[in-house]
Amino acid sequence: MATTTVNQNASLASIIERRRESILAEWLREMSGATRRSDLMKESELQGQCGQFLDLLARASGTGTNVQAAAYEPLREMLLDISRVRVQKGFTPRETAMFVFSIKRPLFTAIREAHGKDPVAMAEQMWSTTELLDSLGLYTTEAYLKSREEVIRRQQEDMLELSTPVVKLWEGILALPLIGTLDSARTQVVMESLLEAIVQTNSRVAIIDITGVPTVDTVVAQHLLKTVTAARLMGADCIISGVRPQIAQTIVHLGINLLDVTTKATLSDAFGLAMHRSGFSFIRSDKKEKRDN
Amino acid sequence: MERIPILRMGEYLLVTIQVDMHDRLAMTLQDDLTNRISETGAKGVLIDISSLEIVDSFIGRMLGNIASMSRVLDADTVVVGMRPAVAITLVELGMSLTGVRTALNVDAGMDLLRNSLDARKDTLYGSSIR
Repeated sequence: MATTTVNQNASLASIIERRRESILAEWLREMSGATRRSDLMKESELQGQCGQFLDLLARASGTGTNVQAAAYEPLREMLLDISRVRVQKGFTPRETAMFVFSIKRPLFTAIREAHGKDPVAMAEQMWSTTELLDSLGLYTTEAYLKSREEVIRRQQEDMLELSTPVVKLWEGILALPLIGTLDSARTQVVMESLLEAIVQTNSRVAIIDITGVPTVDTVVAQHLLKTVTAARLMGADCIISGVRPQIAQTIVHLGINLLDVTTKATLSDAFGLAMHRSGFSFIRSDKKEKRDN
Repeated sequence: MERIPILRMGEYLLVTIQVDMHDRLAMTLQDDLTNRISETGAKGVLIDISSLEIVDSFIGRMLGNIASMSRVLDADTVVVGMRPAVAITLVELGMSLTGVRTALNVDAGMDLLRNSLDARKDTLYGSSIR
């Protein structure tokens, strides 16, 4: 059998090729112990993935143990795919990584049997195989995390787009109902869409409704004040409405100065004030009179 | 030398900034405007910055200064037509221009000037004179 390093890798490929069926069977048995999720994945699908992994590993391992090398490209792609699919199906990171790590025992058994007479070569090959499998496992975990981050980022973007509607309440009066926490990125979007809407609709009063904002801390308050100031610079008055009692308490406890800003408890109060400032007034038509007509 | 024209409209002075402001131009405007206010005895100044696309902290401070100087010379100042991007930039620079009155466009700005002038006359002479 092989004794030099290059041949060792070649022999890993040949070991896999010769004992493919037994390794595969043992691997599947290994996985069925702790990490097998028959509720999320079909047996046949897993079998297919395992077979493909073995074939690609056998082909790539002939060239060396550097996982970043071009020869490993198909294997990396496959692991990336597996991670992505498993993120969507709801596997845990551990279950995903164990797909790679659980091959160690069957593979090592095969190596031991192949090198029965030469302990030095066996130890060397075991070491290089461990290294290889470890980096493949880490790669899988990384890919898993990346896919998950991608999902989170996409959802954040969706939320950003969904959560900044500017509505026109009346001639010259805009409302901006805020829902969810205000961070810097969202404030930027909110501010921009509000200012654009002010220009477009020629509005002189803007009502920022914070009923849907769960908590107001110093950062959120600062963001609100920034928006109000920017609107004022453009010549529009801002009214903050929907201040809940707890939020009023928090604002005072934190020592936030909202004295320069008009605040109202409800959106309807704010709307009334906005109408008054714009010179509109309501008249309630008499119901009786209406019926007579 | 490049100058920003200052137009007289009755009791008011009208300044429209059509070019990008650089520091020298801003200083000249400050000089010219204060001179014109004292010459004409204007009661209000309207500065239209709707064509202004780039501001820095200097221009922001200059706008504030002009407003303060006009007030010393007994004229109200209204800055009109600020673009959203400019407003955001000024806020991010930490300049809220607290002393400056603002309006959405020239129309709204003139209304504001007229109203404040009327209010001033009322307090001076009582509302019967109008």
